[in-house]
Amino acid sequence: MLKIVIVGAGPAGVRAAERLVRAGHRPVVIDENVAAGGQIYRRPPAELHRDPKDLYGFEAERACKLHRTFDELAGSIDYRPSTSVWSAEGRRLDVIDRDGASHLLWDRLILATGAMDRVIPIPGWDMPGVFTLGGAQVSMKYQACAIGARPVFLGTGPLLYLIAYQYMKAGVDVAAVLDTAPLSGKVRAAPTMMAGGTALLKGLYYVARLVAAGVTIRSGITPVAIDASSGQRVGVVRYTTGEGKITTIACDAVGMGFGLRSETQLADLLDVQFDFDPSLRQWLPAVDAWGRSSVEGIYLAGDGMQLAGAQAAELSGARAAEAVLHDIGQYDARRIVRSLNRRIDRWLRFRDAMASRAFPFPHQLAQQCDDSLMICRCEGIAAGAMREAVRGQGQAEINRVKAFTRVGMGRCQGRVCQTAAAEITASAAGLDISMVSRLRGQAPIKPLPMAVFREEAAQ
Amino acid sequence: MTSYDVAIIGGGIVGSSAALHLALRGSRVLLLERGRIGSQASGVNYGGVRRQGRHVAELPIAVRSRKIWERLPELLGTDCEFAVSGHLKLAVTEAQMAELQVYARDTIEFGLDLELIGKQEIRRRYPYLGENVVGGSFCPGDGHANPRLVAPAFARAAAKAGAEAVEAAEVVQLAADGKSFDLRLADGRSFRAARLINAAGAWGSKIAETFGESIPEDVMAPNMAVTEPLPYFIVPNIGVCGGGIYLRQIPRGNVIFGAGEGRADRDTIRARPLPEVTAEAARLALALVPRLSSAHIIRTWSGIEGRMPDGIPVIGPSTSTPGLYHAFGFCGHGFQLGPAVGAILADLALDGETTTPIDPFSVARFVKAENSLNTAVRFQAESGGRRGLHGSRGAAEHLPRSTPGSVKAAYLDSFLRHLHITYRG
Repeated sequence: MLKIVIVGAGPAGVRAAERLVRAGHRPVVIDENVAAGGQIYRRPPAELHRDPKDLYGFEAERACKLHRTFDELAGSIDYRPSTSVWSAEGRRLDVIDRDGASHLLWDRLILATGAMDRVIPIPGWDMPGVFTLGGAQVSMKYQACAIGARPVFLGTGPLLYLIAYQYMKAGVDVAAVLDTAPLSGKVRAAPTMMAGGTALLKGLYYVARLVAAGVTIRSGITPVAIDASSGQRVGVVRYTTGEGKITTIACDAVGMGFGLRSETQLADLLDVQFDFDPSLRQWLPAVDAWGRSSVEGIYLAGDGMQLAGAQAAELSGARAAEAVLHDIGQYDARRIVRSLNRRIDRWLRFRDAMASRAFPFPHQLAQQCDDSLMICRCEGIAAGAMREAVRGQGQAEINRVKAFTRVGMGRCQGRVCQTAAAEITASAAGLDISMVSRLRGQAPIKPLPMAVFREEAAQ
Repeated sequence: MTSYDVAIIGGGIVGSSAALHLALRGSRVLLLERGRIGSQASGVNYGGVRRQGRHVAELPIAVRSRKIWERLPELLGTDCEFAVSGHLKLAVTEAQMAELQVYARDTIEFGLDLELIGKQEIRRRYPYLGENVVGGSFCPGDGHANPRLVAPAFARAAAKAGAEAVEAAEVVQLAADGKSFDLRLADGRSFRAARLINAAGAWGSKIAETFGESIPEDVMAPNMAVTEPLPYFIVPNIGVCGGGIYLRQIPRGNVIFGAGEGRADRDTIRARPLPEVTAEAARLALALVPRLSSAHIIRTWSGIEGRMPDGIPVIGPSTSTPGLYHAFGFCGHGFQLGPAVGAILADLALDGETTTPIDPFSVARFVKAENSLNTAVRFQAESGGRRGLHGSRGAAEHLPRSTPGSVKAAYLDSFLRHLHITYRG
């Protein structure tokens, strides 16, 4: 039997598995998390169970449906939770799980690896009490913990408002929502964002509820710094208003994020081609209209491919499965894929309106940051060291800047700092961001405990 | 067409050091690098700066190089993170301990100041080592450095001294007329030089071939890994007898180790570590330093290095073309040698000779070896087995005296593979 492997059990991976099972296959589903659902529909452990309406808000029904679908697949798939792919090449995936290290081979591979927060460092971002927006959400959904008693949510993107709303619903006193995108852009983007159906209305609802609850909401701000209170913990956020006035707001935690960045390391190790997306300002795996990558047998789906959100991820997950079924000659999936693509395209239009107008990525924050600002937390590399490598040593390629300065060489392997590192490199070299290349992926995709090999040897 | 006294092909540590040494002596130098300076073997290796354990023939070069390493701040304006931490070579059997003793005795004239350490003392000084270590040999003047920084620092210093260093400069055409060399790049630029240095690493034999010298150079890809930063506890650069694993920690905390080989492809210019090799390297590292069991590997990497059948590099004048000098095929241990090899090449290109003994590294050994190879292959075919190999000479003569039998067999194996290819070709 053909071995079809899906990496990721979020919306895209679950819908891909569903279609393959329906067509008589038994795919392997590898997922890092203990339970399916991905980041957005993450399920808390049983002892921390909460009403899905509280956890997922408007998306509760969608989340429950996805969970139900996956639970029903249980006997029909080879499900491997708590399993990480740490290396990949050719038709082989190297994985670690609770039992240690092993590898598996695939005939068709669907990558549904999702996304993480896109971070821009600002002074004070490396202090205890500063989280990514995604981290703040995981803490709430999975651990039933708030990042603070009076958090500020800072950055841009739809997640900013959703998370503030979720915190408020959980009874947290949200100090402020500070959005770097100006209101005018959102107004201009509104007509196009209708493509997302009710998504825009939901966003407006979150804002209205936050306003009604007395939460400070500011658009078009420029963050200046996160300052410490007594001790080394977050105490104050300083920012400039749209009118240029410096303002401070007291808080005890910050959730920060500037949109999402696709998790593409696995695709990269597998040598698929990437294209630069100028509106998202990042490199994404190149796919055709079926979600096929440039490497035969490898398909992509979800936010790891196009950052169009959870509903688009369900659709593109289904599409990847249909593409596999079509390509192995099981049936002609052209009509199904055409119809899926019509729906996916609406989400892509919605995404583009958000990225280019409603929530543009404030790349100038990174480009204009102070030389002393710490960009790579893992290795302790400041912006000035990178600029010195670019200007002093004539390096204008991100992997060379990495080799010379160690930026992106630490524990996170650049997952957190690479966006800012690329922006700083580009501006210091006077080049467009698309010209500085992208960080090359190197195994392991995430830190690999050496102990797994000792245990393996002991077996 | 711009003319130079010396053109150098290959911007690794050897080529970059040659450029600096030539420029310091007032030559007009052109350094051509196909990709980026120091991006292959010179930039991706382990970073060991050791004399201990080297083939005795390499020691005069290693000793000369050590003096240059010491002067890096003065020469280059940076120390390239060179740290004199000492190099500790470990034995896990009494036979290996005996090998270390023999090595210390045989190399006494080179002033390595080797200190043999017994089991109890090893345990006292390095309590973090695994139980199976029975002793070791310590070379206090050896150490380690950051390979990513060294070749670029040499190239920058060379440029400052007047050399022209060009990246993204792939040489596609080479010609010699007896007086000078003509070089043409892929982008159409062309240059002339009175002397030519071939420091093209894993691609050195390809350059040599354009001048009619057929040299059996294979490729290898060291399989490297690094952990997250840990509290600093491993001071010396550590190796083991037989070369199974090598491991060092930098003061910022990361532990760097390597063992085995990944995959190298000379034509696509790509090298990759292999997961099963990384896993085995991790096992060896854990056996060597059990405390690492709480560490995480955060990155693995590899690069392409040239490998000669007898395990030592080619250094010296071409046998076919006057004015051409080779230095390539460093077999995974050229990092420490690089600075001095550059200086030797400068000697050769300007004076026609060098005070450092380099005869064992002559290209000529392969011309001879090739003849005996044909003999060996024929002999093997006739006798229908590997016995024929033992009758052949050439490859084994160049092995270090203390090389264990299995490694010798492996060298011979790879040598034989080369011969087959040459023979058939």
